Amino acid sequence: MTSSKPAPVVELDEVCKQFPDGTQALGGVTLHVSHGETVALVGESGSGKTTLLRSINRLVDPTSGQVRVQGNRVDAGDPIELRRHIGYVPQNGGLLPHWTVEDNVGLVPKLLGWKSDKRNARTRELLELVGLAPATYAARYPKTLSGGQRQRVALARALASDPELVLLDEPFGALDPLTRRGIHDEFLNWKSQLDKTLILVTHDMEEALRLSDRVAVLRTGKLEQVATTDELCSRPANEYVRGILGRHWVGA
Amino acid sequence: MTARHGTRPLPNVARENGERRAGIAPRGESHARILQAIVFTLFCITLADLSLLATAAHAEKLAVASKNFEENRLLAEMFARIIEDRTEHTVERNFDMAGTQLCFEALRTGAVDVYPEYTGTGLVSILGLPSATDPAQVLSTVRREFSRQWDLIWMAPLGFENSYEIGLRKDLVEEHSIRSISDLAPFAGEFRAALGAEFIGRPDGLPGLESTYGLKFGDVRSLQQNLKYEAAGQGEVDVIDVYTTDGHILKYGLVVLDDDRSFFPPYQAAALVRGETLRRLPEVGLALNELTDLINEDRMRSWNLRLQEEDVTVEVVAVDALNELGLITSADAPRSTSTKDRSVWSYMWEERGPLFQRVLEHLGMVGLSLLAAVALAVPLGLFLERQRGAAEWVIRAVGVLQTIPSIALLAFMIPALGVGAKPAVAALFLYALLPIVRNTFTGVRDADPEAVEAAWALGMTPAQVLQQVRLPLAMPFILAGVRTAAVINVGTATLAAFIGAGGLGEPIVTGLQLANNKIILSGAIPAALLALLVDGLLGVIEHWTQPKGLALDR
Repeated sequence: MTSSKPAPVVELDEVCKQFPDGTQALGGVTLHVSHGETVALVGESGSGKTTLLRSINRLVDPTSGQVRVQGNRVDAGDPIELRRHIGYVPQNGGLLPHWTVEDNVGLVPKLLGWKSDKRNARTRELLELVGLAPATYAARYPKTLSGGQRQRVALARALASDPELVLLDEPFGALDPLTRRGIHDEFLNWKSQLDKTLILVTHDMEEALRLSDRVAVLRTGKLEQVATTDELCSRPANEYVRGILGRHWVGA
Repeated sequence: MTARHGTRPLPNVARENGERRAGIAPRGESHARILQAIVFTLFCITLADLSLLATAAHAEKLAVASKNFEENRLLAEMFARIIEDRTEHTVERNFDMAGTQLCFEALRTGAVDVYPEYTGTGLVSILGLPSATDPAQVLSTVRREFSRQWDLIWMAPLGFENSYEIGLRKDLVEEHSIRSISDLAPFAGEFRAALGAEFIGRPDGLPGLESTYGLKFGDVRSLQQNLKYEAAGQGEVDVIDVYTTDGHILKYGLVVLDDDRSFFPPYQAAALVRGETLRRLPEVGLALNELTDLINEDRMRSWNLRLQEEDVTVEVVAVDALNELGLITSADAPRSTSTKDRSVWSYMWEERGPLFQRVLEHLGMVGLSLLAAVALAVPLGLFLERQRGAAEWVIRAVGVLQTIPSIALLAFMIPALGVGAKPAVAALFLYALLPIVRNTFTGVRDADPEAVEAAWALGMTPAQVLQQVRLPLAMPFILAGVRTAAVINVGTATLAAFIGAGGLGEPIVTGLQLANNKIILSGAIPAALLALLVDGLLGVIEHWTQPKGLALDR
């Protein structure tokens, strides 16, 4: 291994997924994501972007092809153990409604058997990070939070055990445009502080361009183009990519 | 015989007591406490079995049953009292069982030892043989067949017949010059008949009457015995079925029609006893034999009239009757519990001791059946959530149980469970399953899908997802199901009276027999209050176990 090019954290090789009802969700996708990178998976509904994301933490098992995380084949180990070491932020937060903010954030550390002192300290640290004062928010229940606050808690929860890799499934999709704009800026701020590998699913090209280093465009289970944001804008690979850029691109 | 010996009759009682003890334990106890109760119950059963072996040579507990009308209950009470007076045995009273079929099944299967039966009923209803006219011939037929088929013995007849007869309103008798049932037949289409439910179904009742006389009533409705007389007296109905020994015939201006084609067989009353009981305890047969030929129609009619008119209990009349027959000279005639000129409330206050006992029996049956239903239905609901394909079919099957009429369900269970609290608890258990299974299944299935998905994605094991996410989120639904089942069961537990298991149904059934609203209300009011109380209590528990974060939902 040369030091100039860090080893990929996620390697997807020729990944195919056919659901039992015959739907071909992924038709051979190859994508490597390096340490510290933020990659956005973009596409319309049914393009396979969420299925691809879920194949990384084995919420979906591919029909064929290989998925490796930090060099290890995911199908070789225990999926429960795998998931505990990968952060996950679902669309509407997916907070457990009967648990407090504090308990939600401490979920994975608890599953990993951390002592409560360590867990509490970590929870407080993360709530501070996402801008929710622990004194005010730790004991509250998700129902009492706004949508934006819930997504912050979900993000804190995903980061709790300090995973190398965090998967985000349309994390800001359900927020109103104003809140989304604000949280985007904060997201970029967190990203610069944390040195994580992030894979983000979105149907919003603007979001993808704002938040990520590289964008992977999916259409009916196949990659149309994988490129840095600059490259994508300046040299879209085909009419389809040009089309969705045109529809969403509001840049200068 | 020896095989039965160890299981009847004392252990039944011990087992029921044990069940009640477990049943009235406060709900929401830990599994350990419930387990303790079960172990304790088993222990009691074992102990009772052992103690029976030790004392078998001495006192035993006999079970006497009766059907659900006054005369039959009175005769059963007289049987019970004379057995208690002449022998050292005690008697468990399973009175007011809903009809011939329940009584006969209970006797045949050994759940009870004796009940008063009528030869004609035995011949036509039970044996399914054609009607006959000669009382001696009917008696010898039922004696031969009952002994041969089931080892059941007809004791010597008590001395009177209580036949079915057809009563017609006096004004119609005069208007159409009707003297016999044949005279009635041409007009039957214009008449409204009110008949006992059992009469409508029995071959020696309406079906046989219709075919023998070629008649068809314009309108047939099923009414309880006392209500029939009221209805006829007020001209609401024209024709009713009556009993020979019924005291009400004259009072309500009815004329008994001549059975000119001898359709109704002779119905001689006698004690019907298990042969096994007689051989094991011959003194019981000797005691019952003392009643032979002592009761004629006039006596029976006057006792029935007292029960119907004087507002006295069966116990009082039974003691008076045995005194009148010179069989006992007892001074311990139970106090009269007249309800005349008293409010429902003062009657209930007077009866608070027995009523409290009824409430405890009622709660015991409801609690035990509910506990058992929760123990089965919650795991079943959770299992079905994992086996969605089977869920619809299983829930549908459990739903079908709900539609079985309670008396039919009780009748099915007699061969396996006998009479008393056990079949009642079993029936209540079956009725309680549906709401709990359904709510558990849908509650767990529909638990916040995004929270469940996130729990998976962050590495919870299937067991953790179930225990920490799905179950707590489904808890309000599961408890709502339990609450529904509990309230239904408090109401349905009144059916226990049909099978001699006591509870608050007992005063309701007795009150219906006597057409006494105060007695009915003395059972119905506590039952209704109990339903409200149980509902309120479970409401509090439901609120209390609701996950905190969900409270804003409501």
